[in-house]
Amino acid sequence: MARKLLLEHINVPGIQTLTVYRQMGGYRSVEKALKTMSPEDVVEEVKKSGLRGRGGAGFPTGMKWSFLAKPEGVPRYLVCNGDESEPGTFKDRYLMTHIPHALIEGMIVSSYALGANTSYIYVRGEMMPQIRILERAIAEAKAAGLLGQNILGTGYNLELYVQPGGGAYICGEETALLESLEGKRGNPRIKPPFPAIAGLYGCPTVVNNVESIAAVVPIVNDGGEEYAKIGIGRSTGTKLISASGNLVKPGVYEIELGLPVEEFIYSDEYCGGIANGKRLKATVAGGSSVPILPANLTLKLANGDPRLMSYESLSEGGFATGTMLGSGGFIALDEDQCVVRNTWNFSRFYHHESCGQCSPCREGTGWLERILHKIEFGHGTMEDIDLLWDVQRKIEGNTICPLGDAAAWPVASAIRHFKDEFEWHVKEPIKSQTQHYGLANYANPIIKTEEIKSENI
Amino acid sequence: MLKIEEQPPVNFSSELLAKFDEVVSRYPAGKQKSALLPILHLVQAEYGWTSVPAMDKVAAFLNIEPIEVYEVASFYTMYFLEPKGKYVLEVCRTGPCCLVGAEKIMKHIETKLGVKENEVTPDGLFSWRGVECLAACGYGPVLQIGPEYTFYENLTETSVDQLIDDLRKK
Repeated sequence: MARKLLLEHINVPGIQTLTVYRQMGGYRSVEKALKTMSPEDVVEEVKKSGLRGRGGAGFPTGMKWSFLAKPEGVPRYLVCNGDESEPGTFKDRYLMTHIPHALIEGMIVSSYALGANTSYIYVRGEMMPQIRILERAIAEAKAAGLLGQNILGTGYNLELYVQPGGGAYICGEETALLESLEGKRGNPRIKPPFPAIAGLYGCPTVVNNVESIAAVVPIVNDGGEEYAKIGIGRSTGTKLISASGNLVKPGVYEIELGLPVEEFIYSDEYCGGIANGKRLKATVAGGSSVPILPANLTLKLANGDPRLMSYESLSEGGFATGTMLGSGGFIALDEDQCVVRNTWNFSRFYHHESCGQCSPCREGTGWLERILHKIEFGHGTMEDIDLLWDVQRKIEGNTICPLGDAAAWPVASAIRHFKDEFEWHVKEPIKSQTQHYGLANYANPIIKTEEIKSENI
Repeated sequence: MLKIEEQPPVNFSSELLAKFDEVVSRYPAGKQKSALLPILHLVQAEYGWTSVPAMDKVAAFLNIEPIEVYEVASFYTMYFLEPKGKYVLEVCRTGPCCLVGAEKIMKHIETKLGVKENEVTPDGLFSWRGVECLAACGYGPVLQIGPEYTFYENLTETSVDQLIDDLRKK
C-alpha cells in the first residue's frame, strides 16, 4: 500500500469531529508551528518539501509564499481556493466532506506562516453541504482555542471564514476568485500586480488550493525533507487523483507521485480497470483543460517507456505526445465513447463559463462549440476541421486568464490525435449518428519517432 | 435576463436581517460588499429566487447601487432571476457525467415532469435544468436540489422516479 498523508484516517468513524480528529493526531502541526517555529521556519519547510500547487498550475507553494509583500501596517490575507470546478475534479469536495479539520488545520498553520490574521475559504456555492461542514468544524476549532484570539496561548490571532461562490467556473482563477470575494462579477484581473502584492482589498494575498493547504500539515509535522522523499524528481509528495468516466472504481485516490499510469488505471488498489469489460480509448489526465491522449500515449511515452503519474512524466513530449497532471482530474473514455462529442461537450462548457472580458475567448469559445456541434451532428465539412484548428490557435495565449488556453487545448489535442474520427464524422454523416467510431488504432503500440523519421527518408 | 416589470415589494424579516448582519461581520469595515454573494444565497433560500425588489433591498442594506447587485446576480448561474418550481432539479451535463449517461437522465426527467428545461410544472412544484460540472464526476450522473444543494449521485431512471415521487409526497 502506498503512503497516505492526507487520507490516512479518512475511514476512521467520526473523523469529521474535532475530538476524533485530535485523537488521530490532528492539530499537532498547529502546536508545533505556533509554539516552536517562526513563520519563516514554516515557509522554509514548505519550500524544502517541493510542494507544488495542487489546483492545477503546479507552481511551487513555498516560492509563492515567499513572494508575499509585507509592508508595515497593511493586513495580509490567505485565501483558500475551494472553487473546484474543473470538469473531472472532485478531490477537494471529498477532502472537505470527509476530513474538514485537515483543511482547517492547514489554514491555521499556513496563515501563521504568512502573517495573516483573517483568512477565507472560498468554496463554490453548489457545495452548500460542504460549507456547512466547514462552518461546523471552524466552530469546534474556535471553541477549543485553535482559532480566534491568542491561539493556544501563543498570542497569535486568526479569524477564519467560509465564503460561498455563486456558480462560476472562472472563479477558480485566483484573481477572479478575489473579485468574487469582494462581491463582484468574477472577471479575472490583469497581472501584474500579482495577488502577492495587491490581492484581496488591494492587500498582499496568497491564494492556495484546498489540497495544497492540507498538505502543509504533514510537511510541518514531519519536516519538508521527509515530504520531499516521497514522489519522483520535482513531483514530490502525494497527490489526490479524482478518477471518473468509464472506470470500474471511479473515486478519489491518494497516490505517491510517480505511480505508473497503467497501474493506476488497472490495479485493484486504484481504478480496477475499464468498466463493463471494455477497452480504454482515451484519457484526459488532469481535468478537462489538459490535452486528451489516446490510450497508447496515456500508458506509454513516445519512446515506449511507461508513463508515470507525475508533473514531468505526464507532460513528457510536450503537447505533441504529452499532456499535464493539472488538477489530477483523471477522466477515462472507453471504446464506445466519441471523442468529437466529448470535445463538443467541453467546448460548450468553456463557452458557457467564459466571463466575456476578452474577445478571443468570448467569441472563440462560441465558434468552437458551434463548429463541433455541426461536425458531431453530421453537418460538418473537412474545412470545418481546419477552421476549428484555426479558431483554437487564435484563442490560445490571447486572453487575460488561462480559460482561453483551457478552451483551446482540448480541441487542439483532439484534432491532433483523433483527426481520423473527426474526418469519419464528415464522411459518414448518417452512420456517425447511430454508430461509434470505436477504438480504431488508438490503443496500438506506438510507432517510435525515429521509425517515422526513417520511413519518411 | 432581469425581470423589470412590476413586482410585489419585499420586506426582509428581522431573522433574515440578523443573518445578513452576521455575514457582514466577516469582513473588514467598509468592505461590506463582500457579503453580496452570501446574502443573495440567503434571499434565494427565503423566496426561491432573487427578484428585483429583493435585490434593491439588498443594495440598500449593503449601501451599494442596485446595478452592483444586478450585475452580480446575472453573472453567477446559481441565482434565479425568475420564479422557479419549489424543487429545481439541476442535472450535471458536463463531460464525465455524460460519459456515464447524464443526457439520458435529463431526457427522462423531461418526460417524467412533462416540462421543458427551465419551465415550471403546472402544480408549481418542479423545474429542471442542465448545469455545468458539479465536481462530483466520480459519482455521476448527479443532480442537486437547492437551497441546501442536496446531492443525488449515481442516478438511474428508477432512482430519479423515486426521488420525484418522494418530493411530490412531501
